[in-house]
Amino acid sequence: MALRLVSLAVLIAAWSIGSHFAGERLLPEPQAVALAIAAEARSGALAFNLGVTLARVLASFLIAMALGTVLGLLMGRYRNLDRLGDPWLVALLNLPALVIIVLAYVWAGLTESAAIAAVALNKLPIATVTVREGARSLDAGLDDMAHVFRMSPWVRLRHVVFPQLAPYLAAAARSGLSLVWKIVLIVELLGRPNGVGFEIGIAFQLFDVTRILAYAFAFVAVMLVIETFLVQPLERHVSRWRPRTA
Amino acid sequence: MSPAGAPGRLEVGIKQKFFRAASGNNLHVLGELAFTLGNGEVAALVGPSGCGKTTLLRIIAGLDRDYQGTVSLGEHCRLGMVFQEPRLLPWRTVEANVRLAAPDATDAALDALFQTLGLAAHRGHYPGELSLGLARRVALARAFAVEPDLLVLDEPFVSLDADLAQRLRAELAELVSRRPVTTLLVTHDVEEAIGLADRLLVLSASPARIVATVPIARPREAHSAEEIAAIRNAIAPRLGQARPEGAR
Repeated sequence: MALRLVSLAVLIAAWSIGSHFAGERLLPEPQAVALAIAAEARSGALAFNLGVTLARVLASFLIAMALGTVLGLLMGRYRNLDRLGDPWLVALLNLPALVIIVLAYVWAGLTESAAIAAVALNKLPIATVTVREGARSLDAGLDDMAHVFRMSPWVRLRHVVFPQLAPYLAAAARSGLSLVWKIVLIVELLGRPNGVGFEIGIAFQLFDVTRILAYAFAFVAVMLVIETFLVQPLERHVSRWRPRTA
Repeated sequence: MSPAGAPGRLEVGIKQKFFRAASGNNLHVLGELAFTLGNGEVAALVGPSGCGKTTLLRIIAGLDRDYQGTVSLGEHCRLGMVFQEPRLLPWRTVEANVRLAAPDATDAALDALFQTLGLAAHRGHYPGELSLGLARRVALARAFAVEPDLLVLDEPFVSLDADLAQRLRAELAELVSRRPVTTLLVTHDVEEAIGLADRLLVLSASPARIVATVPIARPREAHSAEEIAAIRNAIAPRLGQARPEGAR
């Protein structure tokens, strides 16, 4: 903890020095950014924009994870489905995020559902590939055991399959959350009238670096809170059966 | 699997079984192999290692359907199985492992089972916290908790030290005599087979066939060293691993 604080202090000091050399306009002082965050918070704009962006992040994240888990599980278990789905997956994996977003807006209009679908579609192939890897490494011995004892499909999924997938789901969720919020910002910049991405777009047009940093840091802080108080406790709960490592 | 009368009756009539090796060659694992177990009968399969005993058990348990022949279990036959490894769910407690396999088991039945197998103190433990001996007992408890009509045991005490294996064998014999259940046991330990079974089915080397059937007088009672040695010597030539008389 102490080490983390020292590291953070060094970062802020470096920023302060950098600001001194680069000038207020290119890199404002830390306290100027802090004041901007406070001002946005007072007007209520910060909470509103953070809330809107967070809702989009959660919606597209959940859609992508749910679909990715189902697809990954199916593709990992059934070789024919894997052969069918793999070219689509490769295409989607290599399609630039920007192309998916622009096409979604062109085809479905500048709507909320187009925005969320575009983000989910960007995250989907990575989630699928990760879960597929997990599904391929499922323990055949436990499968046999579940078969012999005639466990119901639900019991198998809940008690045999998902605990084995947990590390893969956690990895997909970790990388997914940080990827999704970055793409949400682009989606907002290109075609939404609110949210952190929209605000940063406005600030870019006004060359308001202070405001850009204010929104960026505010959102990083929100994600940090989610990581610390939601993701990590969840991971600890899921891996409670593992013998403790130092 | 077609119904065959009493739930615990097992009829095996395998014509042959090939196993496709990674090299692409077909391995002839099982030859013509037929036997019947009556309700409540305990049979031990003994044979040289690698002769296809585990394959035979997997076919009987319905885990391998790629064979020629028939296996019929009784109607509504409930299967309990102990694998060579305990195969517990590491992320569930001992009790949850048993309950997930046997959702209909009553609390009283589980209490008694855990008591018999010396697991009462370990119900809340995770399998990773157990020794191999304890984990094997949990696997036994799981198989018995479903109140099986057919119990299939694949070398359940392998790689345990002699004392512990002896104790678990006694516990198994007690469970079987308390509630008769048709049992098929695979073991390479002739003494273990003699101590638990009504009869021994001696298998040849691969492709496995039954080369001898040895009925055991006074099953699940103590046998003298002479009796054990006599049976051992009778089947040793068949096993192709003759040992001097009285040697363990």
